[in-house]
Amino acid sequence: MTPPPVYSTNSTATDQPVGQQLVTFLRRVRVFLAVYYALMIEYRGEILLWVFATALPLIMLGLWYQAASDSTFALSPDAMLRYFLAVFFVRQLVVVWVIHEFEWEIVSGRLTPYLLWPLDPAWRYVAAHLSEQLARVPFFLLVMGLVIWMFPEALHDTETGTWWSPKSWQLLLAIPAIYSAWLMRFLIQYTIALGAFWVERVQSFENLAMLPYLFLSGMAAPLDVFPPLAQKIAMWTPFPYMIYFPATLVTGRATNIVQGFAVITAWIVGLFLLNRFIWRRGVKNYSAMGA
Amino acid sequence: MRYLKLLLTFWHVSVAAETEYRSNFVMSALNSMVTLAGAIFTLSLFYQNGHQLGGWPWHDALIVVGLFTILDGFSQTFLTPNRTRVTELVRQGTLDFVLLKPVDTQFWLSFRALSLWGIPNILLGIGITIYAGMHCEPPLHWTAYVIGFIPVILGMILLYSIGFALGTLTIWFTKLFNITMAMQAMLEAGRFPISAYPNAYRVIFTFILPIAFMTTLPAQTMLGRVEWPWFAGSAIFAICSLAFSRWFWGYALRSYTSASS
Repeated sequence: MTPPPVYSTNSTATDQPVGQQLVTFLRRVRVFLAVYYALMIEYRGEILLWVFATALPLIMLGLWYQAASDSTFALSPDAMLRYFLAVFFVRQLVVVWVIHEFEWEIVSGRLTPYLLWPLDPAWRYVAAHLSEQLARVPFFLLVMGLVIWMFPEALHDTETGTWWSPKSWQLLLAIPAIYSAWLMRFLIQYTIALGAFWVERVQSFENLAMLPYLFLSGMAAPLDVFPPLAQKIAMWTPFPYMIYFPATLVTGRATNIVQGFAVITAWIVGLFLLNRFIWRRGVKNYSAMGA
Repeated sequence: MRYLKLLLTFWHVSVAAETEYRSNFVMSALNSMVTLAGAIFTLSLFYQNGHQLGGWPWHDALIVVGLFTILDGFSQTFLTPNRTRVTELVRQGTLDFVLLKPVDTQFWLSFRALSLWGIPNILLGIGITIYAGMHCEPPLHWTAYVIGFIPVILGMILLYSIGFALGTLTIWFTKLFNITMAMQAMLEAGRFPISAYPNAYRVIFTFILPIAFMTTLPAQTMLGRVEWPWFAGSAIFAICSLAFSRWFWGYALRSYTSASS
């Protein structure tokens, strides 16, 4: 894989007028996304498999739908369907894999040429992730369509007895919620990945740190059905904000919206500062493979 | 006999290589414990307001979780390390060297590597299964574990065959090396009794991706609730899929052209 060409080298040219800088920046964003999107399209088959590999919410959808149909739970069967469809959707957009890329680039020494770019390497990963999300869209929409076809009740609201309609203002807020959830997840993984400057096999650390993600994020069960104490404990971890919070916004059932955004923002700021601190230390410590 | 000797040598070498990374073992033990705790926590959420998941009492469902954990450990120990290797060999074209060896290729590819990382899962799974069996209504007799062991073995054979057949696909589609990962994710459904799923799911998990035969049926056998046609069906299914994986590998090899040729 050859690195995409750099279109502008004067990123430090602060003497340019602000408008000019903005144009340069936007052009760079466009080029980056286009290049990485083209790259990702080549891996369509794998991306389809990735959609299946992240199908856990759909398995849980079946279980919770059946359970809510047979007994009384905090959510009605149709609300369960919508919740897990939203979880599946959010899950597709918050997938992060920067650690694989970064660890490999460190171990193989490929990071070195990128350090010479007039651009922080983090931007390449961001672009790759955003393009991969885009390449995923048709696949997961197809899967979601299939699920709705299997369970048409998902679009029917038993509480009001009419078709379900999203609360549009919550749906709008879901967009920043999903992307800040993604950013938080990305920063957590990227910060752990920076450990690769010092130790090998950082992935096992990440796996360990993310274990509670499976059952505290709201992927295995909506937090509404947690016992009160477990719910409180979960809300003190960053995990529910990666899945549960955006998913409830999508379905229009969110409460504590301000608190949710406040917590995510706090995590993002903290992680960002930590990440930059470790990055600077790491680069100093880094002696490239074979150099 | 020759193959048994080979098998022992393979495993000896693998274990020796693994012990170099002892800290990994601690990691994977921690990993297994947290995952199991999470699974039990999730299962407990279904037992609110008098609900019983799929009509299974708590300790019965716990047996399913235990059997799944055993199967997961088995897969980590014996299947996954080999599966990743097959796709790697095809991609790099080094499969040629394996084909030239005077050993059955499928045997070599299936048993060459062994990883100790699955051991904590196997032990934890056995522990949970025995614990749950003791607290069932009525408690299980030791013979129940012995009889239940047979369908567990059949489930392992089934799991192996499907995994190997999917891995074989990489002979044609080199880029499909994520396919076994996708399968692994779908297998997660086996953590819960099949009767807890809606009808459409049950059909899929019985006939298309036969998860029902891997955990639910063995648990039913242990609990003495199995219908014998299903038991026989599971045996036939396992043997047929094993035969299929064998035939499919031979068939795929005919169109193997090695990398870059």
